[in-house]
Amino acid sequence: MSDSTSTASGVIAEVHHEHPSYQRHHFETVDQQFDATNFAMWLFLLTEIMFFGGLFTAYMIMRNWYYPAFVEGSHQLNVGWGTANTAVLILSSFTMAMSVWSAEMRKKGMLILFLSLTWILGLAFLGIKSIEYHEKWVKHHVPGLHWSESSFLNPASDPEVYKEYHDKPLAPDMAQKTAEYFFLYFAMTGMHALHMIIGISLLTFMIFRARQGAYTTGHVTYVENFGLYWHFVDIVWIFLFPLLYLISRY
Amino acid sequence: MSEHNQQDQHNQHDEHDQEHHIVSPVIYGTILLALLIFTGLTVWMSFIDLGAWQIAPGLTLFWNPVVALAIACTKMTLVVLFFMHVKYTTKLTKLTVASGFFVFIVLIGMTMTDYFTRAWGRW
Repeated sequence: MSDSTSTASGVIAEVHHEHPSYQRHHFETVDQQFDATNFAMWLFLLTEIMFFGGLFTAYMIMRNWYYPAFVEGSHQLNVGWGTANTAVLILSSFTMAMSVWSAEMRKKGMLILFLSLTWILGLAFLGIKSIEYHEKWVKHHVPGLHWSESSFLNPASDPEVYKEYHDKPLAPDMAQKTAEYFFLYFAMTGMHALHMIIGISLLTFMIFRARQGAYTTGHVTYVENFGLYWHFVDIVWIFLFPLLYLISRY
Repeated sequence: MSEHNQQDQHNQHDEHDQEHHIVSPVIYGTILLALLIFTGLTVWMSFIDLGAWQIAPGLTLFWNPVVALAIACTKMTLVVLFFMHVKYTTKLTKLTVASGFFVFIVLIGMTMTDYFTRAWGRW
């Protein structure tokens, strides 16, 4: 299985380098293998930027067209839950970064601990999100499935939101457009939540593999690249939070 | 002396990717703290009316969304540079990341200039 190559002077040289079992034969060094997979992961994340980018662009255009509808739609979101979820997700990004560090330092116990914490925080995020989704369902704010414009035609009918914002009733044609806001709300947070679900599934798999000692042999590529994915999902939320929850107060 | 030379050669050989860089927990902790502070700041600012800038009659720039997005961009930069290790990575990856954001800005920029100028002069 040894690779051999002939140099310019015709001397046959044995160049089967000593290398760890996880280094594939077509890579010169472990570092090169790491850089190549890292680069590939970033290429995948670029496609993700463009995917979410389309949704963000749609949001900006719709918000400009139907500004009053977007403002009153946004007033239905709870800033407290949104802030809590932002904190949860940032914490999970930190524990993920610490997982990468634990793998690099070959600390198996720490790795399992931090991966598990990331897993729990990810589920906590989805839990809070489901409380919010449930509230939207109860208030008939799910366009196409369970929808009514009454909160926007008559804001006083929703005393909890009304006492905070004192929204004026929207004209019927503008009130209809709040459906656009909630459609984008569900499309964007839903796509984000789907990414979280995929991430949590991969984390489950990784925790099992970590217990077998898979990532503490010096081969950190998988943990590192999964970390990139997890942080990317965090960044998407960093933008969703102000756009959906915060900027419509003033 | 010869040992020193060898060391020099070795350094020259892989100057772009030295050893795999391990970021310390102290840096991760600092970034976590900064991100949480920026989150608090952006929520706090959203409760304050920052006013608007009347650029032209009918064309107004509201400061609240500008500040919120500026803070979001700052948080993103911290995550990308430190949590995602782009500060310590190869030039190829840095270029890849930069090109990604550039194309995203083209998407947003070109689309918005279109929509903003359709009614130009008619307000």
